[in-house]
Amino acid sequence: MKELTLATVLSNRRIAQGIYQMRLDWGKAPAAQPGQYVHVKIPGDSGRILRRPISICRVEGQVLTLVYQLVGEGTRLLSLVSPGQRLDCMGPLGRGFVVEETVNRAAVVGGGIGAAPLLELVAAYPHVAFDIFLGFRTAELAYDVAEFKRYGTVHLYTDDGSLGQKGFATQGLKQALEAADYQAVYACGPQPMLKSLQRAMQGSDIPCYASLEERMACGVGACLGCVCKIKAGDGWQHQRVCADGPVFPLSEVILDD
Amino acid sequence: MTDGNMKVNIAGVEFKNPVIAASGTFGFGREYGEYYDIACLGGISVKGLTPEPRAGNAAPRVAETPSGMLNSVGLQNPGIDAFLAQELPALRAKDVVILANAAGRSVDEYVYMARRLSDSAVDMIELNISCPNVKQGGVAFGALPQSVYDVVSAVRKVCTKPLMVKLSPNTADITLTARAAEDAGADALSLINTLTGMAIDLDRRRPILANVTGGLSGPAVKPVALRMVYQAAHAVRIPVVGMGGIMTARDALEFLVCGARAIMVGTANFSDPFACPRIIEGIKDYCAQHHIADINALVNTLAV
Repeated sequence: MKELTLATVLSNRRIAQGIYQMRLDWGKAPAAQPGQYVHVKIPGDSGRILRRPISICRVEGQVLTLVYQLVGEGTRLLSLVSPGQRLDCMGPLGRGFVVEETVNRAAVVGGGIGAAPLLELVAAYPHVAFDIFLGFRTAELAYDVAEFKRYGTVHLYTDDGSLGQKGFATQGLKQALEAADYQAVYACGPQPMLKSLQRAMQGSDIPCYASLEERMACGVGACLGCVCKIKAGDGWQHQRVCADGPVFPLSEVILDD
Repeated sequence: MTDGNMKVNIAGVEFKNPVIAASGTFGFGREYGEYYDIACLGGISVKGLTPEPRAGNAAPRVAETPSGMLNSVGLQNPGIDAFLAQELPALRAKDVVILANAAGRSVDEYVYMARRLSDSAVDMIELNISCPNVKQGGVAFGALPQSVYDVVSAVRKVCTKPLMVKLSPNTADITLTARAAEDAGADALSLINTLTGMAIDLDRRRPILANVTGGLSGPAVKPVALRMVYQAAHAVRIPVVGMGGIMTARDALEFLVCGARAIMVGTANFSDPFACPRIIEGIKDYCAQHHIADINALVNTLAV
């Protein structure tokens, strides 16, 4: 049977503008797959009744690192949690990135807060040579770049050119696709980035997997709150981001505006 | 101390305790069955079913609101055929009362659902005339006493299972729709479904839900739900099952005191996957502490 985990907060600090890193002592080594998430209860009696799904950024022994962005009151309350406090967590949940055994050269594309789960991915597969394309709006929003550099070749982009090259991570990937021999592409980022990636991958037979984001309630697949459109036959069907994903083959995802 | 009696009887169906997982929050029992043995529950009301599979509304479908949430799932479900073939056998294998929540676009569709489910292994039908998130059917049938009467009486003619009618709070006078359902032959009532509401993304000046409006649930609606359960329970002779914002055993017991014979737990499952068993244990503890030998003795004991 699945259980809740009362994880002890080891640290909780700001690592970029509006971006926080929280390290949790999970009590035992969590059975986590890159791309999975933890469903965190907002501590205290705030009336914020829904948990927050937060990507797992790193797993080291029994220490699980989450990286999250302040987007509203719930994540603001999370940012105030102190070391030593305990957090009520479900997970790891969802279907993450699966790197096939035949893959030894791959690209990852991360945008903004979407870069977080890709760090665990590149760290978990040391035998794979990764080209890592990271995009942030501006230098103040960039995080974990040095960490990524430990696991592959980083190509850094900002919208305003304040760090790395001016432009988008998907532009870098698109150029690299012409010459490089990737066996797979893994991505996580905002909707416009995924749409641009979908266009970049069109006509390519390299499998591309993307982690999607959606407003979520239960986290287990019971409430059908967080669906996405996945191609099926001549049409499409709704699948649950929380339980069927969050990682899907990008070519099968229908991204609406 | 030995546990007192937790069994309740609603329309001839025995529940081992008064806690039922609410429709739309519990799927068909599979997901929470990975967290605990769902046979501990009094009952499960399955995800709302329709004659054909439905894709439901576009995302975003959920939005958190103060002490609550909005949803606009819109009755996404695999359809009655897939339910009977793929979901019901596994659920039936569990020792738990199964309520089939049924919806349709027209009186004919409700009648069709009642026929199909009457021939199935479910224990009870919960007629959903109160979904606020579908364009046709749903709350369109539940808002006015006459339309409640029409759909329930048509269903009653073909329904051989105990018939529970799930009422909408989106109505002028809950006692009128409650009586209309009773007069049309309902065996029991459940209430409240969600209250229609909205949530706004101010900076983008857009609704958060793709469907614009959704149904409000969670602790925010509990006072409204208690009031309506109290009023409905005093307006009819048939049993009433109460729900709306129940997060704790004490919340559940408040509904019983107001006249509910059993309660449903919905949104609380999202905060705590163990909400239902936690509430069951809490009710047992409360009864033990207060020397209540039979849970039924608490029902409708509000001193006004």
